[in-house]
Amino acid sequence: MEVLKIATAGSVDDGKSTLIGRLLYDTKSLTTDKLEAIEKRSKKNGYDYLDFSLATDGLVAEREQGITIDVAHIYFSTKKKSYIIADTPGHVEYTRNMVTGASTSQAAIILIDARKGVIEQTNRHFFINNLLRVKEVIVAINKMDLVEFSEERYNEIKADFEQLMAKRDYEDQKITFIPVSALKGDNVVNRSKNMTWYKGETLLDHLEDLDLAAVSNVGTPRFPVQYVIRPKTDEHHDFRGFAGKIYGGELSVGDEVVALPSQTRSKIKEIYFHDKKYKTASRRSSVTITLEDEINLSRGDMLVKAGDLPTIDKQFTATISWMDSENLSPGKKYVLQHGVHKVLAKVANINHKIHPDYSGVDEKADSLGMNDIAEVTFKLNKPIFYDQFKKHRTNGSFILIDTQSNNTVGAGFIN
Amino acid sequence: MKDTSHINALENEAVYIFREVAAQFERPVLLFSGGKDSITLVRLAQKAFWPAKIPFPLMHIDTGHNFPETIEFRDRLVEELGLELIVRNVQDSIDQGKVKEESGRYSSRNSLQTTTLLDSIEEFKFDACIGGARRDEEKARAKERIFSVRDDFGQWDERNQRPELFDMLNGQIELGQNVRVFPISNWTELDVWSYIKEENIEIPSIYFAHKRKVFLRDGLIWSHSDYVYQEEDEEVLERMVRFRTVGDMSCTAAVFSEASDIESVVAEIRDSTISERGARIDDKRSEAAMEKRKQQGYF
Ligand SMILES: Nc1nc2c(ncn2[C@@H]2O[C@H](COP(=O)(O)OP(=O)(O)O)[C@@H](O)[C@H]2O)c(=O)[nH]1
Ligand SMILES: [Mg+2]
Repeated sequence: MEVLKIATAGSVDDGKSTLIGRLLYDTKSLTTDKLEAIEKRSKKNGYDYLDFSLATDGLVAEREQGITIDVAHIYFSTKKKSYIIADTPGHVEYTRNMVTGASTSQAAIILIDARKGVIEQTNRHFFINNLLRVKEVIVAINKMDLVEFSEERYNEIKADFEQLMAKRDYEDQKITFIPVSALKGDNVVNRSKNMTWYKGETLLDHLEDLDLAAVSNVGTPRFPVQYVIRPKTDEHHDFRGFAGKIYGGELSVGDEVVALPSQTRSKIKEIYFHDKKYKTASRRSSVTITLEDEINLSRGDMLVKAGDLPTIDKQFTATISWMDSENLSPGKKYVLQHGVHKVLAKVANINHKIHPDYSGVDEKADSLGMNDIAEVTFKLNKPIFYDQFKKHRTNGSFILIDTQSNNTVGAGFIN
Repeated sequence: MKDTSHINALENEAVYIFREVAAQFERPVLLFSGGKDSITLVRLAQKAFWPAKIPFPLMHIDTGHNFPETIEFRDRLVEELGLELIVRNVQDSIDQGKVKEESGRYSSRNSLQTTTLLDSIEEFKFDACIGGARRDEEKARAKERIFSVRDDFGQWDERNQRPELFDMLNGQIELGQNVRVFPISNWTELDVWSYIKEENIEIPSIYFAHKRKVFLRDGLIWSHSDYVYQEEDEEVLERMVRFRTVGDMSCTAAVFSEASDIESVVAEIRDSTISERGARIDDKRSEAAMEKRKQQGYF
């Protein structure tokens, strides 16, 4: 079955948790015991309706304060697809959580409160989905019940949002507007009787009809070696398999490949998944590849098609999303993890800070704090083999790890 | 077959995670309970490293109150696949005075496991413990990372977790810390059952409908056994039941079922309206039960 990963974005109280809860409820994905827990809790909190946000807010502190603190992953499936929805919290560490959620998603739902319309936060949500190059964006204009299900109000908000769209540099991105009431259930799973003027699909119908192949940005094939399999048994005495996940197009038996960084050439001899042989490894499959020639490859090396080399360099510029309470500043060193490849990176320069709402840049920036986004130049102790993020989502991204705390402190998208 | 595009996304993801564990850690271990999730993990690990053997041992924290069917199954699996199995007993922790046996109506050894587990991690200096927890099981688990760092005391700091971006897993830790790894985080109960069916994976017989002596309490079906506290007025019945999840006899409730083969089990799960953890007595204690246990180092 196909799996579609979706990230949600919206300010506090726009109704993200309620919308997800509603999706679960109307697709009958909430089991009796979970539903009972929600009813019990809603009553205890003195609500006169079911508070579906209780279906997703999992931590004690969240239930007490009625807010989402950490990203939660919610699962449900229909006959057509399995869905994984990331419910991202809408406050302090918002940018960090949204970047994280968007990085693993193929689609995003941006919520707008119909009473408030497009606000500064909306710019940010859209900006991050652009930065992360999320191809499929759904703008859910929520709480339509509180604006009398007004078509006029809907069109006003849509027009405002379209002004934002003119500012993005991502033409392939597809944007769909849907007027909903998460609380009352209009246009989430069931068609709204209150908004007969809306002729488009309901949220669920739209998700069901998404073509997964079309929502992915497919780059050129890259095969980072994750692990070398050498069984050293009598039966498989000379077996030397390179295990990894293939990103981008596909690789087939007989393909001429180049190993990086050594630039040695060889041909693909066999492709395995478990004990079965295949002719072609399709994108995102975790295969094991053997080569015609005895080449010494280890973790972090990469196989690519001959004539289709990535950039091999020790210096580059990237857009950084900073995620740590300790600042990033020029001269600092981090472990840079690019896929499964780790090198040491030094911050050569912070070129400028980027306002994540399309309002321009700060030319002078001495350091970056939590949730800042900036263009930064790095110098590495060893070259990495990368593509521009624009061209290759996986081979153009990396994370930064603090050498002392070992925490993941930033994410980068190579320019 | 021609290409690998038919392989499901969840299986590819799990194989990738297993390989990251083998590459990033020195002493990983697979925590094996004998339940369907950990049996599925073993199959996925086999696939990840074939034709080499699984490059880490299995460890079972044995409460001594397991279903005998589970233990027999465990020993047979390990023997057939030529795996290394470590067993550590909760009884030993009790004998050493490190934990105290609970008593009364809801007594269970389930929560005592934590101490035995943490001691074993220290004994073997394991730096990565692979488990079969899924995010769809329970609300607190929905917040778990795939690589989840535990401090020296085995504790989970849920407010301060590492962000996980794209496919990149950060397994860097300090001495004394360890990482809990959840390769089937993104699977649902139905995904696991469908996989067991497709792959023809053998599982313990208690997952299928069988006649068992049970009694009813609080709307749940409890096993009649020496290990389970039972009031005198709680009548023993013989019924066709099966288990959806397998833990200790004292904390795993059965469901009435006629599903005696994998096809009918999958069909039953598809239609069912009670979530899997609804049959775990330990979670009924309070809504925040799981989160509390996880903070203390429970799996
Ligand atoms: N009237 C109305 N209220 C809504 C709607 N959606 C959400 N709410 C309410 O808005 C509040 C915040 O919702 P919540 O889902 O927690 O927002 P989140 O912070 O984005 O997750 C709650 O009181 C919801 O009941 C809607 O469509 N109509
Ligand atoms: Mg929320």
